[in-house]
Amino acid sequence: MVTLKIDGKKVTVRKLSTILDAARKLDIPIPTLCHHPELSPYGGCRLCLVEIKGSPKPVASCTTFAKDGMEVITTSPHLEKLRRTTLELLLSDHPNDCMVCERAGDCKLQELAYFYGIRENRFIGERRSYKKIDNNPFINRDMEKCILCGQCVRVCNEIQGVGAIDFAYRGLKTVISPPFEKDLNCEFCGQCVAVCPTGALTGKMWANKGRQKFKEVETICPYCGCGCNITLHIRRNKVVRVSSKEDSINGGWLCAKGRFGFSFIDHPDRLKKPLIRIVPKNQEFDSSETKKQDLLKNFKEVEWDEALNYIVTKLKEIKDRHGADSIGGFSSARCTNEENYIFQKFMRAVIGTNNVDHCARY
Amino acid sequence: MTNSLQEIENHDLIFVIGSNTTESHPIIGLKMKKAVRKGAELIVADPRKIDLVRFSSLWLQHKPGTDVALLNSIMHVIVKEGLIDEKFINERTEGFESFRDSLKEFTPEKGEKITGVSAEKITKAALMYGNAVRPGIYYTMGITQHSHGTDNVLAIANLALMTGNLGRECTGVNPLRGQNNVQGATDMGCIPNFLTGYQSVEVSAIRKRFEKAWGVKLPEKKGLTATEMINAAIEGKIKSLYIMGENPVISDPDMNHTMKALKSLEFLVVQDIFLTETAELADVILPAACFAEKDGTFTNTARMVQRIRKAVEPPGEAKEDSSIIIALSEKFGYQMQYNLVEDIFYEAGSLWPALAGITYKRIANKGLQWPCPTLDHPGTQYLFKGGFPRGKATFTVVNYKESEEIPNDEFPLILTTGRQLFQYHTGTMTRRVEAINNVSPGAYVEINPEDAKIYGIKNGEIISVTSRRGSIDIDVKISDRPLQGVVFIPFHFSEAAANVLTNNALDPIAKIPEYKICAVKIQKKL
Repeated sequence: MVTLKIDGKKVTVRKLSTILDAARKLDIPIPTLCHHPELSPYGGCRLCLVEIKGSPKPVASCTTFAKDGMEVITTSPHLEKLRRTTLELLLSDHPNDCMVCERAGDCKLQELAYFYGIRENRFIGERRSYKKIDNNPFINRDMEKCILCGQCVRVCNEIQGVGAIDFAYRGLKTVISPPFEKDLNCEFCGQCVAVCPTGALTGKMWANKGRQKFKEVETICPYCGCGCNITLHIRRNKVVRVSSKEDSINGGWLCAKGRFGFSFIDHPDRLKKPLIRIVPKNQEFDSSETKKQDLLKNFKEVEWDEALNYIVTKLKEIKDRHGADSIGGFSSARCTNEENYIFQKFMRAVIGTNNVDHCARY
Repeated sequence: MTNSLQEIENHDLIFVIGSNTTESHPIIGLKMKKAVRKGAELIVADPRKIDLVRFSSLWLQHKPGTDVALLNSIMHVIVKEGLIDEKFINERTEGFESFRDSLKEFTPEKGEKITGVSAEKITKAALMYGNAVRPGIYYTMGITQHSHGTDNVLAIANLALMTGNLGRECTGVNPLRGQNNVQGATDMGCIPNFLTGYQSVEVSAIRKRFEKAWGVKLPEKKGLTATEMINAAIEGKIKSLYIMGENPVISDPDMNHTMKALKSLEFLVVQDIFLTETAELADVILPAACFAEKDGTFTNTARMVQRIRKAVEPPGEAKEDSSIIIALSEKFGYQMQYNLVEDIFYEAGSLWPALAGITYKRIANKGLQWPCPTLDHPGTQYLFKGGFPRGKATFTVVNYKESEEIPNDEFPLILTTGRQLFQYHTGTMTRRVEAINNVSPGAYVEINPEDAKIYGIKNGEIISVTSRRGSIDIDVKISDRPLQGVVFIPFHFSEAAANVLTNNALDPIAKIPEYKICAVKIQKKL
């Protein structure tokens, strides 16, 4: 363990902790754009500069190990001037289109510009412009908004183990790019979108669905058995975006299905009314030859009461004729515990059979 | 899982057998990759070169269906090298002697002959697992979906027991459950032999407790499993099925058989969110609410009970599954009265102590892992600390058996089925997500380049794949993933449904179908 002082406050941290880790432990705010606690330190954005007593130049706190007896200052007129200048430089080449940017209100760069009150920019010069290569269905890549923090590159390499993107070219031409500047062709997990501090990477299906007044609901992903914690962003009774919090069992990471696979919820095909078959089974449309819409012609819409009464009559009749064990029930691994409990109770206590199973084996 | 998700990254060795983790459980896959980054060694045993192989230090490409031979020969080496945990065996297990004797014949050389994995690699795997301090075994349907699936699982249990690798943090046996709440559905008693909490329907004392709680007499005879019910429908013994949120037409083996069974029913009720291929055959279809439209709990693969919350209103007149069943019960004259959804959960907890300590309030922010018997219990991070609930764990002698259907002259290839990353199960949900269909538009059959050469087929060509049960036309994807002689088809796609081909041979104990192996032939389309 090492003990150091930050802004006059003592703190003890594990060996190999950085000054930034120690400052975060004390809840001292240090601005960062390229840092992520789960990724390797990068020291690229230069916003986390701090002064160390006895050291001639400021250092990046995210890449400097804390040492015993260190005295660190996180804010001073000189440091703030450096940070402000760095931000101005970043913004000098950043499209000034927060008005229409998907990430406005949820953008680290915008937030820092706001805190530092940067309205005018002293640095005006050449700007980057890129041809958009963006046919993939999931991720919008607006490279003019990219500040080259490299979090997307690191998350893809270090967390996902895919390495679909990297830095290409040098200097002003530097750009994050898939191989040969082609379109993204990856696992589309969207971890890069989740860590991007600006509007450079956004989910395509979120576009123009709203930025404010979301209702956020904490729930669990409905796909595999990992049980990832997800946050549904709701606007006008519609799920418009899915995200995940870093302090969850999945650490905020999701897969393509969990992050982008939610538009089935309000798909027009959803069943909305109880249906009763009107065309006898042997005369029905053949499902392999017929369009889905036509298949509905085998059924008529009825009220709930009629549907339930019909089920009760039929099941009672079958039970009377053939006994309870002639009836079976398939419950669902997709449904909740409560629904599954109720289902097996229904089959056992109401129908009177243990013929109840679900898809555990499939 | 005996361990937890957060323990994965701290294993020093991970042995993945029969699990395509990065595609079927992507986030658990991430945790395995993190463990590897932190220095853990990874052994992958899989007939296909799955993505996880890239991260492994040892890959055992065994022939499909030879898991028992592979595991037994690994265990043979562990005994020979003295890597067994004698203290653990003496204190916590029984039946070791006869089990050890049964391993004698499974030399690595015999293992090589059966599995196709070199004796050297088998020995290496044994030394790696046997010397590990915090090893975790991970498996999925690649182990279970066989006519000898139970034997495969028992062989894994033997391996963990003989090395004492159970009941410690970051050390255990971890079957990964494939669906969001498959653990919970089983826990709740949606299985024909157990009431809620794995309590046998055939024990009268248990039944009496449930009879008292529910106020009715309960059936004494254990019921039929899903696959048995399908067979019984064809035999005319099952006249009616009530299917809630499942799509057996696509998910069950031998699709033609399943459809014949469902069509022969007198009365079929399907309750679902979409008109599934199964619902098309129904007499009554009831519209249900999806996960985002209701409150409740899911239990993940690591026994963690977590809250799901209503975020949006269901479309039209769709209703939560529980309220549909409760309304139906009332019409049958049986009252199920609950003020809140959580009251249902507490009723389950009153009948199964492992859940008794879990309340909605306690899991508001973070889930709890059962067993959690009391309100001040912190939940159980890993199972079998300090002992097994049944007393001593028993070694089982497991002998290698061939799969039901092995290739012959007429059907010379092995078909194995599974999932791929983008689609999910029968595709009812994911195939309605445009972006997902864009990257995963349809079915394909993975064929080894050598086999492709033999048959003279090209990438993207449409061929027919035929088994004894049916035939499908499907796109070819030449890939170095499958072993030569093995073809793979993902089962998500109804238009070229893998389950037209699969065999419904069942494991005699677990009644799980043999999805992972059937014999097929492939033919060029003229």
